[in-house]
Amino acid sequence: MAKKTNSLEQLTCPAPLPVKDTIVLGHGSGGRLSAELMRSIFLPAFENPVLARLDDQAIVRVDGTRLAFTTDSFVVKPLFFPGGDIGSLAVHGTVNDLAMGGATPLFLSTAFIIEEGLPMETLRRVVASLRTAARNAGVEIVTGDTKVVEKGCGDQLFLNTTGIGLVADDLELSANRARPGDRVLLSGSIGEHGIAILAQREGLEFECPVESDSAPLHTLVAGMLKASREIRCMRDPTRGGVASALNEIAEQSHVGIQLEESAIPIREEVRGACEMLGLDPLYVANEGKLIAIVAPGAADSVLEAMRCHSLGRNAQIVGTVRESPSPLVTMRGALGTSRMVDMLPGDQLPRIC
Amino acid sequence: MKYLDEYRDAHIARALLTEITQQARQPWVLMEICGGQTHTIMRYGLDELLPPNIELVHGPGCPVCVTPLETIDKALELASRPEVILVSYGDMLRVPGSHADLFQVKAAGGDVRVVYSPTDALKIARQNPERKVVFLAIGFETTAPANAIAVWQAKHERIENFSVLVSHVLVPPAIRALMTSPDCRVNGFIAPGHVCTVMGCGEYEALARDFRVPIVVGGFEPVDLLEAILLLVRQLEKGESRVENQYVRSVNYRGNLPAQRVVEEVFEIADQKWRGIGIIPRSGLRVREEYGDYDASRIFHLASITAEEPAECISARVLQGLKKPTDCPAFGMRCTPHNPLGAPMVSSEGACAAYYNYRRNLCGSATLARQSPEAS
Repeated sequence: MAKKTNSLEQLTCPAPLPVKDTIVLGHGSGGRLSAELMRSIFLPAFENPVLARLDDQAIVRVDGTRLAFTTDSFVVKPLFFPGGDIGSLAVHGTVNDLAMGGATPLFLSTAFIIEEGLPMETLRRVVASLRTAARNAGVEIVTGDTKVVEKGCGDQLFLNTTGIGLVADDLELSANRARPGDRVLLSGSIGEHGIAILAQREGLEFECPVESDSAPLHTLVAGMLKASREIRCMRDPTRGGVASALNEIAEQSHVGIQLEESAIPIREEVRGACEMLGLDPLYVANEGKLIAIVAPGAADSVLEAMRCHSLGRNAQIVGTVRESPSPLVTMRGALGTSRMVDMLPGDQLPRIC
Repeated sequence: MKYLDEYRDAHIARALLTEITQQARQPWVLMEICGGQTHTIMRYGLDELLPPNIELVHGPGCPVCVTPLETIDKALELASRPEVILVSYGDMLRVPGSHADLFQVKAAGGDVRVVYSPTDALKIARQNPERKVVFLAIGFETTAPANAIAVWQAKHERIENFSVLVSHVLVPPAIRALMTSPDCRVNGFIAPGHVCTVMGCGEYEALARDFRVPIVVGGFEPVDLLEAILLLVRQLEKGESRVENQYVRSVNYRGNLPAQRVVEEVFEIADQKWRGIGIIPRSGLRVREEYGDYDASRIFHLASITAEEPAECISARVLQGLKKPTDCPAFGMRCTPHNPLGAPMVSSEGACAAYYNYRRNLCGSATLARQSPEAS
């Protein structure tokens, strides 16, 4: 560089990559790549108005009854982690997807994809955990399936759970219902599941171990709906974290969302771990938290109802929905300036749920 | 995290901003060297809070951004060999090589693993004696000691299936190169605190003297950076050009001597290519002859892999602080973190990615802010 200054002008950047023609891990991250897969492959293939709402669950009417219906697969590694395991996670994840539509969860199915060589004891532990979690959540596992794949064709154990539940007739929750002026409520401190998994997987030790927040949220939701029906939509910010969930809501409702950094609860250990690992807690997965978009007049009563529930004790109003020509999520920091909170292009942590 | 919170304190930050505004009478262009510092400036919006006569331009200190294309191509070639486990820091996986990135090679069956430390790569080598484990050892002086220790340890434990593919760059030669460019408009530098934690401040004295430019070693939190800016402004207004240390909680004048010794033991200084800039004389590190058995370039005969960097984006000028990312016509439209045209858009520490992630909304055009990568 120092030899010929002119050469500086000529040395530039590399060429773009060709369009991706294979699946990469980022397609499962819950970020932009996942959304792209949805838009380019799944939505056109299965086109229908229920799917097009892109909510965590489908709500369909069968013989006058409104059924909520959802499915989820679990490929978490390690299978057992502080605060839970793949079994309890599967029940909570599916119950929560139903609950975010305002449904009362009723029945689950569980499919096991088992890699040859899995110790029977491991399977027993997972099944026991599924049973306990289902009982505690008040749902029953009423059907299932088992497949065994050759050694090397899976990673110990994958689970798939499908759930159904009932939705009240007059209840309409959807990510396209956020309106300017609405408040953004968050049920508690963020990032615990993702950090617990990462710490366990990477053998990281913290002074105070971080436990997954994995928990069923349907009774919290029931309390909130009792306080007010002016809840526009709810999301459980799992993969991709709070940032991705809010970006989806902003996009589907054609609004902007402004967050207040100081209002977002984050436990000290999680903040420290994120700081050390270079992660933004807004993108780290949660398995026992929810975001609710609530009409301004109802925000305080819903917040109070949340705080009366053990899973919502630390609930906060963390932001406001705003009119915006583009679906942007921004966050105002301590110094008073705002920054964008974009959707992640790909993975921050691979395979966390 | 009390030790960090005071460096993010809004009251302290505001007091520093007032002081900077009072002291800065003339227009000054300041460059922060390190990508981590750029990231903080964007994340906290420090440039918006500064008076208009203080302009911040962003330097070449993002290790992922400046790793040359041919190093990426070499890593891709190694990762696609069945006998190789390629181990890397996470950020490198998305950096585009000539034809692919490591994620794609991984998806096609390559064994690519992410670690937080090179000693973890050594662990993988111990656990997989039948495979060849190559660690992609990139970075500035900050990562050099850990990489050097991994090589040293491999040699002393006789771990023969471990090697490093090295692309190490050094900060002072890059500052020298920037200052000798006739286009240079930088009046003062914020030197990278972590690099100086290892290397100390001494090597910046000659630069400050030769180019009559003040250099302040700065930290990475908003209060650190504002303090560093204030120290630079004070010197500039008085016509001084000294090396000062703002980041005293981490940096001492001589640096970390044991760390320097291990780097010296394993590596030697060499000419180095910087992506987006070109070859800067004596600006990098290569593995010494005595440790040649651990140098992936030698043992895998990779010298023949070269790559020309085709002209597309303006990263050369961005990395020298001559242009802002938003001056690039491709910024946010054809070039996004999702589909990067250049390395500064890939790494979260890259200047273009920092602008894209935190500031797209303020770049004037709603279309730009709205632009989804899929539509590009």
